[in-house]
Amino acid sequence: MKLKSAALVVAALAFNAQAANELKIGFLSTLSGPAGAIGVEIRDGFNLALKMAGGKLGGLPTEVIFADDTLNPEMGKQLAERLLKRDRVNLMTGVVFSNVMLAVWPTIQASKTFYIGPNATPTRITGEACSPYFMSASWPNEGYHEAAGHYAKSKGYKNAYLIAPNYPAGQDATAGFKRGFGGTIASEVYTKLNQLDYSAELAQIRAAKPAALYAFLPGGMGINFFKQFVAAGLSAEVPLVVPGFVSDQDIVRAVGDPMLGIFDTAHWAYDLDNDANRKFVAGFEKEFNRIPTVFAEQGYTTALLIDAAVRAVKGKIEDESAFRKAVLAAPGRFKSPRGDWKFAHNGTPIQDYYLRVVARDNKGRLVNKKIGTVVSGHTDFWAKDCKMK
Amino acid sequence: MLFLLAAGLTLVFGIMDMINLAHGSLYMIGAYLMASFVQATGSFWVALPLALAATALVGAALEVALLRKLYERDHLTQVLATFAIILIANEAVRIAWGPQPIMLNAPAGLTGPVQLPGGMQYASYRLAIIGVGVLVALVLYVLVTKTKVGMLVRAGASNREMAVAMGVNIRRLFTAVFALGAVLCALAGAMLGPILAVQVGMGENILILAFVVIVIGGIGSIRGAFVGALLVGLVDTMGRALLPIAFAKMFSPQVASNLGPALSSIMIYVLMAAVLFFRPQGLFPARG
Repeated sequence: MKLKSAALVVAALAFNAQAANELKIGFLSTLSGPAGAIGVEIRDGFNLALKMAGGKLGGLPTEVIFADDTLNPEMGKQLAERLLKRDRVNLMTGVVFSNVMLAVWPTIQASKTFYIGPNATPTRITGEACSPYFMSASWPNEGYHEAAGHYAKSKGYKNAYLIAPNYPAGQDATAGFKRGFGGTIASEVYTKLNQLDYSAELAQIRAAKPAALYAFLPGGMGINFFKQFVAAGLSAEVPLVVPGFVSDQDIVRAVGDPMLGIFDTAHWAYDLDNDANRKFVAGFEKEFNRIPTVFAEQGYTTALLIDAAVRAVKGKIEDESAFRKAVLAAPGRFKSPRGDWKFAHNGTPIQDYYLRVVARDNKGRLVNKKIGTVVSGHTDFWAKDCKMK
Repeated sequence: MLFLLAAGLTLVFGIMDMINLAHGSLYMIGAYLMASFVQATGSFWVALPLALAATALVGAALEVALLRKLYERDHLTQVLATFAIILIANEAVRIAWGPQPIMLNAPAGLTGPVQLPGGMQYASYRLAIIGVGVLVALVLYVLVTKTKVGMLVRAGASNREMAVAMGVNIRRLFTAVFALGAVLCALAGAMLGPILAVQVGMGENILILAFVVIVIGGIGSIRGAFVGALLVGLVDTMGRALLPIAFAKMFSPQVASNLGPALSSIMIYVLMAAVLFFRPQGLFPARG
């Protein structure tokens, strides 16, 4: 009996090894609900790169299988099992939210499939528990917030009030901001993920009168928070600092003029001065008729990264150590819209973070303009705990 | 706003003796229609009556086509059938409007804050919502207690057989009541759209609260729905605003913000349990 099942395993492995004349990518993402716009941005960026590459990544005909986790970790786990076991994908990508990421991660890791992430990079996977199968083309969860903290410090705010959803990335966000800021924290408030009415929190903020407010509320949460923040008259009283995606195009489009002049930090800006970025922005606007967000850049760069890595191993992704080396070296093989970056040994990017401001471009549209660099060559803080080489 | 929803539900439940789980779906459909009309007409105030009328039609059609056949059945059948409507409505909306939530904007002129006496600033749109809620409460009160239609409704609520025996056209009355419930739903959905997001499944969360409200207030009673909605709203908001502050003194912020909302939603059901224990028929029962 034992022998028989061992034979089956061998047969299955052999089958996997032969399947490398095409590339099957499992794209598990949050595509519906208040935060679904984020997954859609990542998907569109990814598809754009795939289309520009003629439907082939690394020279292999590529099939992307999309699945919508609806921001439900249990659903994500089931879908990940389906993608890995039924669809037998060669690579996994797509996860937006860290709580979903942590839920699906044991399944992906156990299947020894590489996960090349376009967004969620929770510190619980990049620190002590780091894994050779995890690589992220976005930014370590604390990166944006650490940069925002540095910015708040440079502005000399006496204290800061933090608001974030109560889930792993929300806790990573406040931890990152505190490390960068180093000053007094007036209070931290954690809201339910996907909460849409912030009246109780806004009343607390008004009572606390902080010197600055740091709000980590992505997607639809951010849209509602901003509208209610402005409607409550707080925008005139409390300076707001946000991470790049909380004042990005998807939110600016919905909220409009009240967002003019808001500062944020991000690893990319739509007006970054390099050829790869101009090609990306022009292509994206032509294809989807809107200005891309940081999420779209992440999806785009993820696809380019996979392309470069698969090409470097000539499609042999079943040779795990060679493929891992190829992915880690891949950022040097292609031009990303964000400019130069490289991988830390825990699979997170080492890159610059910029300061941006919401302003009008020459066509009168509201955009996030780059105005400076906050942190150069930032490395994930938790890489120090990762013993892997 | 919870009051609007609960008032519609209590009318349907109390008068027609019918458990309508699809009430939340009407709320969702009302909000979606509102969003579409706003996009089509470009004006909040033109879109509002259109959305209300359209949802009333949907409600009336639903009643005539389907729910009418369920009055004679027991509550379990009604629950099953209306639960099916929830699922169908959710998928239909997903097909028609897509899985992405739609963002409604508050009408121009109501986007900013207003200065309240005492120097407090408050969002003017929220103030408008409170105003609409009070207005609807007054209109319903007058309608139910002072007019002939209201008399028929009350008669239907307290003793249906007798009302039928007295020659009341109960079928037409029921359709009208159901359509009125749908209008209240649509109003709630349309007014809440700019504060929350118009999305699939938005009805289910609020439906449970609406049931709590009518159980507290007394089934079939508008006054009960009003008081019940105020009580539930107060307990929920106070719990969310004050409990985390209290807990912050004892625990870490993460724990405090976990406990606060959890406990405040428990409080709502504690309130309901207490009301059921001391006054099983609710605070203002409609039936004698």
